[in-house]
Amino acid sequence: MQWSTIYNVFVRDFRKQKKRIALTIIALCWGTISIMLLLGFGEGLHHQLMINSKGMGDRIAILWPGSTSLPYKGLGRGRQIHFLPEDIQFLKSRVPELDEVGGEYHRWGVTLKYKDKVVSEHVNGVTANYEFLRNHIAQSGGRMVNDADIQLKRRVAFLGDALKDRLFGAEDPIGKTVLVQGIPFMVGGVQIHKMQMNSYSGPDQDKLTVPATTFQAVFGDPYLDNIIYRPRQVSQMKQAEQTVKEALGAKYRFDPKDERALSIWDVAESNREMDNILLGIKIFLGIIGGLTLLIASVGVANIMYVSIKERTREIGIKMAVGARRAYILTQFLIEALIITFTGGFLGMAISIGATEAFKRIPIKSDVLDFMGRPTISLEIGLSVVAILGLMGLVSGFFPALKAASVRPVESLRYE
Amino acid sequence: MTPIIQMNRIRKTYTTGKVTFDALKGIDCDIQSGEFMAIVGPSGSGKSTMMNIIGCLDIPTEGEYHLDGQMVNTLSANQLADIRNQRIGFVFQAFNLLPYATAYENVEVPLLFAKANSRKRKERVIELLNRVGLGDKLANKPTEMSGGEMQRVAIARALANEPEIILADEPTGNLDTKSGSEIFGLFRELHRAGKTIIIITHDVNLAKQTERIFKLKDGLVDTNGNGTTVSQPHKRLSDLPPRG
Repeated sequence: MQWSTIYNVFVRDFRKQKKRIALTIIALCWGTISIMLLLGFGEGLHHQLMINSKGMGDRIAILWPGSTSLPYKGLGRGRQIHFLPEDIQFLKSRVPELDEVGGEYHRWGVTLKYKDKVVSEHVNGVTANYEFLRNHIAQSGGRMVNDADIQLKRRVAFLGDALKDRLFGAEDPIGKTVLVQGIPFMVGGVQIHKMQMNSYSGPDQDKLTVPATTFQAVFGDPYLDNIIYRPRQVSQMKQAEQTVKEALGAKYRFDPKDERALSIWDVAESNREMDNILLGIKIFLGIIGGLTLLIASVGVANIMYVSIKERTREIGIKMAVGARRAYILTQFLIEALIITFTGGFLGMAISIGATEAFKRIPIKSDVLDFMGRPTISLEIGLSVVAILGLMGLVSGFFPALKAASVRPVESLRYE
Repeated sequence: MTPIIQMNRIRKTYTTGKVTFDALKGIDCDIQSGEFMAIVGPSGSGKSTMMNIIGCLDIPTEGEYHLDGQMVNTLSANQLADIRNQRIGFVFQAFNLLPYATAYENVEVPLLFAKANSRKRKERVIELLNRVGLGDKLANKPTEMSGGEMQRVAIARALANEPEIILADEPTGNLDTKSGSEIFGLFRELHRAGKTIIIITHDVNLAKQTERIFKLKDGLVDTNGNGTTVSQPHKRLSDLPPRG
């Protein structure tokens, strides 16, 4: 086989059929883009939902006191249970399964004032480990309440990002003084923006957070409103729940089997449910992606098939003037390869460009927050291009093979 | 002298599904080098089938075809491609030019497959297009040319590799009378230059201008007209019993 002959014929024909080639490339490109964007945005949504579902905290449980519903050791039902601040330490020492225990005070409708702005918001007093138990992460330039603040009962405040916008607008609040029920607090940090899909006392972005000890000193609350804990392993959640009930039951004298004495929200359990939903979404996207790929493959196959079929007569003419079969096939194969892979990689580049551009949209909106960041995985992209390319090749190759294999007179007769 | 084309009991059967059609039912035909011959007959008589077999575009179902002493039936597809490229030039009724290519590029195709280098190709294409009177239309595409001009391009292409045989299937069928006679004039010129020319036509007046008429009817040689009696004298002579 003479490569220079193939090359000469190929280069000439390729230049001559720009329009047809351009159209085929665009079609392929479009197929690739539609699949990749679908999968990319799906992946972003999936990822974002995963982050959002953990917005309130990862692998934690919230514990509220209730009132007894069973008589216990001679005590009647209906006794109110209260948590004392030292219960945090108590649980840490009595429940070996627990990794971290934190406590929280709440107060709604507290007047907050900065300069001439006054709002009425929710204030909570927390222990320092609240930072990572409940994802209270500070924006750069500030910090969350820490152990020293707790020990020294400092009047420092950590602002939810939406609350910061309402009180301070565009102003930098760090180091500024905000009046909490008339008492000056210094703003030490602002929470980074987070999506929170579940909550038990309103979204964190609207809260003002202060050290638990300072809260107690200012508002005089004797009891913790709730306790938050995280087990060492998420698998220990059920066991930890049992031990917590037994320890507190012994201390406050209630039946550990009493469902009303304590209420426990296993957030990790909700997260597991969320994981199932996410898995469902993933499977759904996989199916949609697969079907789209199938449709795109059929489209690509159709285009290649028709464009080669249209050239049956051209093949016949070439055979009549002395082209060998191998010349024709090699030419069509190279052509199909160039078309499919140019289209595929172009589509991939455009998809990546589009998702990158989407990520850089400067508008802040909850919808965009929920869309997340579309992520195109290179592996998926390459497999999409490979599959479409292969489909194009196969569907282009066989009509060409047929046209070149029959006697030239039949290809010539093709209309 | 051996005829350049020898056809012995050529049969060609087309099968479409369950229907079989005998296009040729046993044709004998010898053509000498340098002959100017017309194959005539009504449509469906097997003219085009015969030409396709002569031109190695198709192979017979039965019978032997020798081209210049070589048995064609047994040749490989590549050998047939080389024969079409080197030894036979085709001119079709429908021109069969590549629609996206210019006159120059169309004539160049057989030269590309003959592996001629680019300088030689260029010289040859320009020479050929000048010869058919299209020296000024090298860059025209088929859509920008008249039927007569397209057929000239096709003739130039047929001549690209200097074949001994030119096969023309109704070359003037799609042309007006004037262009038709001009194209026919080109064939006459080629005949004078020594080429073997075989023209298929149903135009009796055109056929009469050739040196020999080969008549076909229903896939057989038509012996009733002025067909074989005139067209194969050498055969009839050789068939005569030896003198003495």
